[in-house]
Amino acid sequence: MSVPAPHSPGELLRVFSALALQGFGGVLPIAQRELVERRQWLTREEFVETLSVGQVLPGPNVVNLALMIGDRFFGWRGAFAALAGLLALPLLIVMTLAVLYARFAAEPMVAGALRGMGAVAAGLIMAMALKLLPSLARNPLRRLPCAVALVVTLFGVGGMRWPMAYAVLGVGGVAVLAAWWQLGRAR
Amino acid sequence: MSFSNADWWALFGHFLAMSMLAIGGAVAVAPEIHRYIVDQRGWIDDTQFSAAIALAQASPGPNLLFVPVIGYAVAGFGGAAVALLGMLIPSTTLALAATRWGRKRRESRGVRAFVAGMAPITIGLLLSTGVVLALPLARVPGAWLLIGATVALSLATRLSPVWLIASGALAGATGLV
Repeated sequence: MSVPAPHSPGELLRVFSALALQGFGGVLPIAQRELVERRQWLTREEFVETLSVGQVLPGPNVVNLALMIGDRFFGWRGAFAALAGLLALPLLIVMTLAVLYARFAAEPMVAGALRGMGAVAAGLIMAMALKLLPSLARNPLRRLPCAVALVVTLFGVGGMRWPMAYAVLGVGGVAVLAAWWQLGRAR
Repeated sequence: MSFSNADWWALFGHFLAMSMLAIGGAVAVAPEIHRYIVDQRGWIDDTQFSAAIALAQASPGPNLLFVPVIGYAVAGFGGAAVALLGMLIPSTTLALAATRWGRKRRESRGVRAFVAGMAPITIGLLLSTGVVLALPLARVPGAWLLIGATVALSLATRLSPVWLIASGALAGATGLV
């Protein structure tokens, strides 16, 4: 029995285009359903493993995921086919909207619609953050240090508008060192 | 607005740096992009910034696509290309180079400490993005209602974000927000 796999970089391009176009407000859940459950190119464990490696790296998770899956089957040609599939059509759509918006931004109805959409976007992003909160319960860093790091980041970046490098390198650096120490103690 | 050579390099350099800082994804660096492009440079205003994120959320595909929309608002199609390439080049290069390295060391203490330590920062940054988008609407009472309803519905139901975005557009277009 042959293991399911894409036959060509072209197939990767098509599949990633199709899943990107279905992904409103995040492509990851669609990618999981399409790549793991329907096409079975990856097992659930391989998917989670690839995702967790992608999360360590900077850059959008889903972009890193596409690169790694493409690379796994067809090397760099596969990586770029998957990336192109993920970005090309959505880019065309969002740029069309951007051009239309720039032309009609002065219309009160358009300005109002975008104001309403902006409020919803703010809510969606806050909800995404709140949904991630329970994942901190299993964090080796313990609850209190996690909460302190989170609140200092929110206060500094969201409230005081610190440059983000301070938060990522300063607060993040301390948190990573604390986690390193906790992991050492746990041994 | 005249955009000098130095401005092009500044725009490109900014997104190159954002790419390397975007450990929690592109939306997590939105507050920093806002601080630089809106507050420091004054290339676009709050309304244009929020519109870019709203348009990207309303479109299918990765959230990262708010980046070329901001680039377009700053400097047209050239700006969109420069912003998107800047955002992609460092992180994709690193992802391709580091995949096998990372897969082997996923269980090492260093990698685990990094993931654990960065997790609360990422969530703090996402909440900051929400704050940066919400603050310009602080004096619009309907906006608070809309933000609250969006958070509640996202947490309590599996409603697709498309419907929430469409409701927001409708509420705004009819003058409720």
